[in-house]
Amino acid sequence: MTQHFAITEAGEPPAKADPQQAEQVVRLVDVKRRFGTTPAIDGISLSVGKGEVLGIIGRSGAGKSTLIRCLNGLERPDSGQIFIEGRDIAQLGERDLQPLRRRIGMIFQHFNLLSAKTVEDNVALPLKIEGRSKAERRKRAAELLELVGLSEKAKAYPASLSGGQKQRVGIARALAARPALLLSDEATSALDPETTRSILVLLKDINRQLGLTVLLVTHEMEVVRSIADRVAVIDTGRIVEEGPVWSVFADPKSQITQSLLGGIRPQLPAEIAVLLKPAGKEAILRIDVAGEAARGPLLSDLVAEVPGAFRLIHGGVDHVQSQPVASLFLGVPAIKADHVARIVEFLKTRNARVEVLGYVTGND
Amino acid sequence: MSPVMIDLLFRSLWETVLMTAASGIISLVVGLPLGLALIATDRGGIAENLWVNRILGAVINGFRSVPFIILLVALIPVTRLIVGTSIGTWAAIVPLSIAATPYYARIAEVSLREVDRGLIEAARAMGGNRWTIIREVLVPEALPGIVAGFTVTLVTLVGASAMAGAIGAGGLGDLAIRYGYQRFETNIMIAVVIVLIIMVCAIQWVGDRLVAYLDHKA
Repeated sequence: MTQHFAITEAGEPPAKADPQQAEQVVRLVDVKRRFGTTPAIDGISLSVGKGEVLGIIGRSGAGKSTLIRCLNGLERPDSGQIFIEGRDIAQLGERDLQPLRRRIGMIFQHFNLLSAKTVEDNVALPLKIEGRSKAERRKRAAELLELVGLSEKAKAYPASLSGGQKQRVGIARALAARPALLLSDEATSALDPETTRSILVLLKDINRQLGLTVLLVTHEMEVVRSIADRVAVIDTGRIVEEGPVWSVFADPKSQITQSLLGGIRPQLPAEIAVLLKPAGKEAILRIDVAGEAARGPLLSDLVAEVPGAFRLIHGGVDHVQSQPVASLFLGVPAIKADHVARIVEFLKTRNARVEVLGYVTGND
Repeated sequence: MSPVMIDLLFRSLWETVLMTAASGIISLVVGLPLGLALIATDRGGIAENLWVNRILGAVINGFRSVPFIILLVALIPVTRLIVGTSIGTWAAIVPLSIAATPYYARIAEVSLREVDRGLIEAARAMGGNRWTIIREVLVPEALPGIVAGFTVTLVTLVGASAMAGAIGAGGLGDLAIRYGYQRFETNIMIAVVIVLIIMVCAIQWVGDRLVAYLDHKA
């Protein structure tokens, strides 16, 4: 949409050029921020490429809100560099930040719409701040309300809208000044699951249609899974894990990621978990396989290679970023001594991760 | 009541309306910026400056703690300086305004403080400066409260203007004291009370309608 991203205006101090690639819209280098003696952000470095959707996930209090607010200078870091479109904003004064913030749209958990203004005037406010003419503001607001599907609500006041509609207005407002970057601070956390999905679809559409770079913070894995390309998991102000969403889903390394994924990835049913013993007649296996390895006929190959019955206890194949991510829980007879070992061996040759969780005594 | 009395009643009503309206407008024009200054300079405000905040707060409290009848007399030299005389309706407007302004500043402050901080943050995130925040967020969002508070201030001024009779300002209160009370003309007393009730009700009614028209929160 917008071809040119330089934010240089007359009278601003000369920008410190970012030595890294210009294609990165956001680049953080060792950013730190503490409140009193507690560090909220403790040395975070990350970058977001043009057109990319980066999800930052963590529990509440992990520092994600502080981090996202550093990106438009609502919060100032104690140290480190924050490059937005190649320009270090970490040490800019409030007055120099104002024109820069017009290049960055932001949406909020509680929408933050002005109750005294109509939907149309809310959407047009960033343009009014930019000093655009009334006719121009009206035209752009109509375009954006069309984009978010709320044209008929232009003259309504926010109080008469549902939560999902309010967030759509919030999104339209954030896009009004044609930003290069959209920040989303828990934008769906106050919405019900169905509305959340429709807002996420809208955000993804906007990302695709406009090539808009999006950085979102959330505590919901579902949000990351639906729209993010890459995810960074943060805990106590540090990035504990980072990578393409599907690979983090397939192979979460840190304990915190595993627990955040707990709600949406298959887990061994609790009634079986309590029966697990160190030895028994049936071994319970957890198999995780993703990407290319999960596309083949894994289970029928397993039967062909290691004949014998097994039962599927739980699990399934999920598709994250169009990549299959499978988690399966199998019950395998453990009477023959090497039977389980051969199965594990075979699955490993197929790039699956296998874990023997324990044994149960019978077919219960 | 004799035609002379009716004429006197209308003249007094006009004097009360004049005192209330003039000092009301002055307290709005000066008090609202003071209220804005109080929240802007407070901790976490858009122009945080705790020293200014404390001094401003202390001055406002100082004026508010002086009983109006004492302020009326104490301000006579100031009144003479501004109006040229210390007696009459116009002279009463000076102490009335000086008493009502800090009162209204506090009322405006309460309404402005209730504006959701998230809205201020949203305006900052859009690249707005302090002036944008005041003009587009603080004042419009607090407007129903600002108007409701102004209504309260006007009603208080109607009452306070009665005391201004002490410096020869005239008005309904003065009429009630001199004719109704000191000359035992009960008719006058009753007439004044009825006119005052109607006046206060009218102010409140208009204020309430205006607030309902401006409030889009629900």
